[in-house]
Amino acid sequence: MNLNLDWSFFSWELYTQFVLKGLYFSVFLTVVATAGGIALGTVLAMMRLSGKKWLDVPATIYVNGMRSIPLLMVILWFFLLMPASFYALFGEFGREHRAEMSAIITFIAFEAAYFSEIMRAGIQSIPRGQVFAGQALGMSYGQNMQLVILPQAFRNMLPVLLTQTIILFQDTSLVYAIGAYDMLKGFEIAGKNYGRPIESYLAAAATYFVMCYALSWSVKRLHQKIAIIR
Amino acid sequence: MSWDWQVFCQDTITQEVGASCFGKGGEITYLDWLLSAWGWTVSVSLLSLAIALVVGAIIGTLRTLPNSPWAVRLGNAWVEYFRNIPLLVHIFLWYHVIPTLVPAMKSLPGFVLVVFALGFFTSARIAEQVRSGVLALPRGQRYAGMAMGFTTFQTYRYVLLPMAFRIIIPPLTSETMNIFKNSSVAFAVSVAELTMFAMQAQEETARGVEVYLAVTGLYVVSAFAINRIMAWVEKSVRVPGLIAAGGGGH
Repeated sequence: MNLNLDWSFFSWELYTQFVLKGLYFSVFLTVVATAGGIALGTVLAMMRLSGKKWLDVPATIYVNGMRSIPLLMVILWFFLLMPASFYALFGEFGREHRAEMSAIITFIAFEAAYFSEIMRAGIQSIPRGQVFAGQALGMSYGQNMQLVILPQAFRNMLPVLLTQTIILFQDTSLVYAIGAYDMLKGFEIAGKNYGRPIESYLAAAATYFVMCYALSWSVKRLHQKIAIIR
Repeated sequence: MSWDWQVFCQDTITQEVGASCFGKGGEITYLDWLLSAWGWTVSVSLLSLAIALVVGAIIGTLRTLPNSPWAVRLGNAWVEYFRNIPLLVHIFLWYHVIPTLVPAMKSLPGFVLVVFALGFFTSARIAEQVRSGVLALPRGQRYAGMAMGFTTFQTYRYVLLPMAFRIIIPPLTSETMNIFKNSSVAFAVSVAELTMFAMQAQEETARGVEVYLAVTGLYVVSAFAINRIMAWVEKSVRVPGLIAAGGGGH
């Protein structure tokens, strides 16, 4: 064992200078991909449960296709295929943040497949009587979904959706492949700048652990709370 | 958009298209490289799977032991550690940090370190499933083992685990497919697997779409093959009479 670690370089400056910028992006990516993924995923789930073949088949192909390739390949695909003219639409910002923008769109598209499976399970967990009750009240399909089914499905699936969000937060580290500046990258650059990569990787692991552990602990608490109400 | 599948027949050094798509006499075409990259992906995945199954079964069992709080705590700590840190960070820890802290591991090739990282990472997920499989069994099963005069080890070996493992085959299937997908992260420490191949070949040939399509296709084929193998395993070890086993029915 060679425990020759030197933590003296570790300071608040390191965090503010290198890590915070990456953390902002990681959190931003997580939030945007969760919101976008749940929205798109709900649409996909409704398409699959619509009972109409021309809606069901494309959604199934999309979801199963996304779920059978590694996220890393999806990230690389999107980064490769998006022409420079797309980023030019966003002017200076787009040219400077190509990797970040491509990561955001990729994550929404990719996570939608996973969120759609969760939402599908959520919608299917609603007793059939609820659907009939809505129909008996004269609600249209849209009203029935919006007012009766989806609110219950979201509530039932909330812990699972949040757990998926924690996984999503961990997955954001994969933007490493296209060189976007996320939290892991921040730690890596800090480690290189101070010449202490080992300590920096350990600090990155500890930071991820504390954040994800706290989040999953809160999800567990929330789960217990919901379980009591129902 | 025009296709150019000739890219796979190119030599990796001279970039010339040879008569055969497989290189001869020490020459390597992109097709050769692609196949060897697939081999690396499959090796990393299968070796990690072996580690993950063994360690996952042990840790998962530890977490269900009665009257041994420290074994349960150790198992829980293992699972929490691996579940709350991203895989990429685990791979960096194994590749950069552990060889520095433990000089004896410096001589190990990166491939072995990645297999350990991916194997242990997945073992935490499998442990979780083994635990839920054991807990899903009726309490009477454990008592039956005890009534037969079995030791705890024998109860697990002959009564609980054989049932638990059959129950958890469906989640194990998706975990196995996940290993294949997760093995792509090994690119970050220069293991010559499919993703690494995709990135490098795309840069050298500028035929990214063809290269990525081939690589994505191989990932899908691998995942589908695993899926079929596991479905066959599930069918051949099914417990007669269980509802989940399908087919029979009562």
